[in-house]
Amino acid sequence: MSTATPVRTSTMAQALNAALRDAMREDRSVHVLGEDVGALGGVFRITDGLTAEFGRDRCLDTPLAEAGILGTAIGMAMYGLRPVVEMQFDAFAYPAMEQLVSHVAKMRNRTAGKLPLPITIRIPYGGGIGGVEHHSDSSEAYYAQTPGLHVVTPATVGDAYGLLRASIASDDPVVFLEPKRLYWGKDGLDPAAPVEPIGRAVLRRTGSSAVLITYGPSLPVCLEAAEAAKAEGWDLAVLDLRTLVPFDDETVCQVVRSLGRAVVVHEASGFGGTGAEIAARVTERCFHHLAAPVLRVTGFDIPYPPPMLEHHHLPGVDRILDAVARLQWEDRG
Amino acid sequence: MTVLDHRHHTSVPGWRPGATAPRTDPAPLLPDASPVRVLGTPALEKYDPALLRELYRRLVVGRRYNQQATVLTKQGRLAVYPASTGQEACQVAAAMVLGAGDWLFPSYRDTLAVVSRGVDPLEALTLLRGNAHTGYDPRATRTAPLCTPLATQAPHAVGLAHAARLSAEPVVALAMLGDGGTSEGDFHEALNFAAVLQAPVVFLVQNNGYAISVPLTQQSAAPSLAHKAVGYGMPGRLVDGNDAPAVHAVLGEAVERARSGGGPTLVEALTYRLEAHTNADDATRYREDEEVAAWREHDPVLLMERHLREAGLLDDLLVRQASEEAEALAARMRAEFHSDAELDPMSLFAHVYAEPTPQLREQAAQLAAELAAELAAEAEVQH
Repeated sequence: MSTATPVRTSTMAQALNAALRDAMREDRSVHVLGEDVGALGGVFRITDGLTAEFGRDRCLDTPLAEAGILGTAIGMAMYGLRPVVEMQFDAFAYPAMEQLVSHVAKMRNRTAGKLPLPITIRIPYGGGIGGVEHHSDSSEAYYAQTPGLHVVTPATVGDAYGLLRASIASDDPVVFLEPKRLYWGKDGLDPAAPVEPIGRAVLRRTGSSAVLITYGPSLPVCLEAAEAAKAEGWDLAVLDLRTLVPFDDETVCQVVRSLGRAVVVHEASGFGGTGAEIAARVTERCFHHLAAPVLRVTGFDIPYPPPMLEHHHLPGVDRILDAVARLQWEDRG
Repeated sequence: MTVLDHRHHTSVPGWRPGATAPRTDPAPLLPDASPVRVLGTPALEKYDPALLRELYRRLVVGRRYNQQATVLTKQGRLAVYPASTGQEACQVAAAMVLGAGDWLFPSYRDTLAVVSRGVDPLEALTLLRGNAHTGYDPRATRTAPLCTPLATQAPHAVGLAHAARLSAEPVVALAMLGDGGTSEGDFHEALNFAAVLQAPVVFLVQNNGYAISVPLTQQSAAPSLAHKAVGYGMPGRLVDGNDAPAVHAVLGEAVERARSGGGPTLVEALTYRLEAHTNADDATRYREDEEVAAWREHDPVLLMERHLREAGLLDDLLVRQASEEAEALAARMRAEFHSDAELDPMSLFAHVYAEPTPQLREQAAQLAAELAAELAAEAEVQH
């Protein structure tokens, strides 16, 4: 693409900023709006410099009101714009839930395809940054339960750029969940790399014993656990879902069938969570290939705890290794 | 010194004395103490007779539309119909003040406004008939879908108006709400956004006295709903919602202000729904017959007919023509809804995403197989 810059070292935050900037340069209909996205550049600086480059109409500081922000974005999309909304923190998005569920997700369906809404809703999500309450929720199951929404969650610098570009280009609404504790992780970024379509999982690590199925903030934890598991004699594959909706049954089942053992890892609460959905799907499709039940490693079923206790709640390497040990289920008779 | 002493405030850093100075806007923010009226006042003489006759014609046809739709619910031909009987003046005036390029954002009670705007009367009933959500093309008709959640369409109107203004198109958005809708958070957020963005949008609140069964006194403690505009920094207007030329004038002025860059307006139209909330409601449980009777005397169709006749603007010919047009529409509705619509079950999967997900493809195949099995079973029975 014409605005691409060569491979360079970038944080995830910088990659997201570059994705917004490149999308706005290429398409005048792309508009960013949200609380603090202008002069401040967002509390995480993801929109840094956009108002300076594109003016306040295209990167708009709005009143502090999430339903108003998303509702306004709906009207803008109805008029032909391509809004990118920033919800400042995961739990701050809840006032906009009615707009999201009753209108954003359904407008294409309500109007028999006449009014698609190409809105991207960026939400920094998850814990691990020492945030106080309402700053660390993982709400992906709410969004994934809502037909009409795509739910995307990158875990790498490259995906942050590529999937955000794909989300903005999508003619459907996308809830784009940014794992905020990975914002500052660095990696090589090649904006010229082909933009991967939404809806494909990717194997981050091959293995022969079992697969850890994960996404977003839990990916680095799973990679670390896979490394640690070598000492226990386990050779673990790690599958990064990248998109929860649509779900990549094909890749997931392919990996599970070849290995026969799987653990789903995410930091959101387990009950009714995406891990439950994934375990059920895998069991229905791969039952005869399974050597053990599909296990889940998740956060506890509690409100997100205070920061000084969050490390007990978040799934870490040890909890994942415990689950891996339980995958020897068939040997227990 | 009291807390109301302004000298106290001037010592606060960041306090802007200008914020309390008398405004010099061409449009005052506070509404008039009593609702604007035209019928029965000398102001009527200033109105274009052709416009008045057109308003009359639409009121008559609209009343018949409301009646026939209500009858269709009793016959099971409409799943539900929230009648705007008694509110026809608001409905037809809202449609008539908008140009072809403007957008209407109706609530579920505003089917008649949608029809008066030119949307096919039967397509406008698709949602309420129960065979699809929106029967018309919102983009082609510049009419958003009938909105069932309360006030959630108001921010959409703001966003659309804002986008239109950014593209320098002279487009105005009109959002229609009820009195109950003004209690919702989205109402507040929409008005606040509209004023901050100076979006070319008009909010029309049809205050019909009740949010289902809850009377206005339990809905708001404001002097009037139009007063709510002041806090956002936009003009509030109070109008007799059963006086069609008055609603047309007040809304028309608000639309012109919006179109010429003057920003948003909140209009409260005082009206009354003569029927229950919907066919499923029992209005006798929460309001007195005397109250309904008083409003029947203030019926928008009767008011219009009486005052136009007095002014010599209405003759028997026009009355008969309007009546015939109304009956023709009612007959068309009865004929169209006489039989069940043919629906394609596979359309369930048609418009969830631009491209169906793999999961939806699987589910569509499942439904197709179920339908094929049903057909086969029916064929078996016939043999």
